[in-house]
Amino acid sequence: MGHTPIMNKPFQIGAGLGLKPNHYEDALECTVEGLWFEVHPENYMVGGGPRLAWLEAIGERYPLSLHGVSLSLAADCPPDEEHLKRLKMLADRVQPALISEHLAWSTWRGKYHPDLLPFPRTGEALQRIAGNIQRTQDILGRRIAIENPTHYLHFDGHDYSELDFLTELSRRTGCGLLLDVNNVHISAHNLGFDASTYLDAFPAKAIMEIHLAGFAEDPGNSTLLIDTHDAPIAEDVWSLYRRLIERIGLRPTLIERDDHIPDFDVLLAERNRAQTVLNLGQNQRLQVAI
Amino acid sequence: MDALYGSESSLMDSLTTQPGFTVYRNTVLKGSTDALLANFPTVERLVGTDWLRSAVAIYARLSPPTDARLLHYGTDFPRFLDEFEPAREMPYLGGVARLDLLWTHVHCAIDEPGLELSDLSQFTETELGNLWLTPRAAAGWLWLPDCPAYTIWRVNREQLEMPEELEWQGEGALLTRKAGRVHWQPASAADCAFLDACTAHLPLDLAADKAIEAEPDLNLENLIIRLVSADAFVSMDLGLSS
Repeated sequence: MGHTPIMNKPFQIGAGLGLKPNHYEDALECTVEGLWFEVHPENYMVGGGPRLAWLEAIGERYPLSLHGVSLSLAADCPPDEEHLKRLKMLADRVQPALISEHLAWSTWRGKYHPDLLPFPRTGEALQRIAGNIQRTQDILGRRIAIENPTHYLHFDGHDYSELDFLTELSRRTGCGLLLDVNNVHISAHNLGFDASTYLDAFPAKAIMEIHLAGFAEDPGNSTLLIDTHDAPIAEDVWSLYRRLIERIGLRPTLIERDDHIPDFDVLLAERNRAQTVLNLGQNQRLQVAI
Repeated sequence: MDALYGSESSLMDSLTTQPGFTVYRNTVLKGSTDALLANFPTVERLVGTDWLRSAVAIYARLSPPTDARLLHYGTDFPRFLDEFEPAREMPYLGGVARLDLLWTHVHCAIDEPGLELSDLSQFTETELGNLWLTPRAAAGWLWLPDCPAYTIWRVNREQLEMPEELEWQGEGALLTRKAGRVHWQPASAADCAFLDACTAHLPLDLAADKAIEAEPDLNLENLIIRLVSADAFVSMDLGLSS
């Protein structure tokens, strides 16, 4: 694999918020220290106009993170060149502190299926996805972080556990990892494994960012939990997060909310709670060190 | 993939029979339908969320997105509405959807300085005739010949009450972006013909001929003042045609 220069500007460690257009004014007026914002780059891959101007104005005040949902790194073909070029142009324009994507696929034969779809974690998949990540990092000229997806299906044919797969991807490509604690909680419930055990074994050094979000029960007939991002973060997920931070220390932590979006202050309160966990975790680690 | 859109597939039974498969199926469809609802807000106001959600669910299964930038999803949704049987009583609906698409196009187009009327004052009449005027990327126009779709779109976009009587005639619209906001105004057939000719790189005098073909008693000066004032043209890199 080729060498990927790491040119990220220093990320101000703290808790951030997913940014929604209806919170634009609130975000600009907010004076909370350490705040940062994350957006889906697909929504800003435009020629110009107020949408992009708005993102640039936010970017002048706060660190930004571009969290892609459509690069389809686990697809059976390389990432779309045009899409990568657009991502590169946007990154050059807003200079994000972090860029991330998912361990999933969403495009096939020219169609885009807006979800994060699963795949068997085979050796072949590992080689293919490592190549796709490397290609992405080479074009962007920077390290990206890969997120663990939510699982709903029992798959036959995995050769690797998810942890081993992510660890190996990071080792081969130098990519970081984005650990979504809510995804772990949901997947553990849906597939029947222990979330704490998974989190305790997650490779700490590779974690560049953490995601927290809310979920819902399946409105259908199953007992599945669904990663809806439409509710406050559950107490079980907060507990997992506290335990994780006590182990690994500070990491940029994002509150994700994509549906049933409340007032900015409601989201900011969740963000402040995450910041408190980060501060407490840091203090505890300092005391242990003393 | 067919199974994801609701077709039966025995090849993937071990996956498709799990309740988790339905979660993916629902999420893919929700992603597409939510995007279409966001992209056609005026259609939604006209027909209601439930009606539009049903229509876009049919469309999304027929035409999944081809671009991950979902704000561009639905470019052929107006044509779908033109032929959609439940929309037969609303022949203006496709036109309204076309104007919603045009709004997004104008909103997201590249930033370019606009031509000012004062920029034109430096030219003689002959020089003016040889000028190439270039419409801004953030200018969009549409002539809808069959019904007052622009009036219906505008009234709903501005959240006004629909007038009791509508004059049932073709209409045009010009959308431009000023200071970060999309503005709209009626456009005549001549306005649209003139702008089309400018897009085809015809010099001003030939573009004027096209406009006069569309409207024989056209006041050309008024047309130019109207379109330049609307910020429809790119500012002066005004090469003279040879």
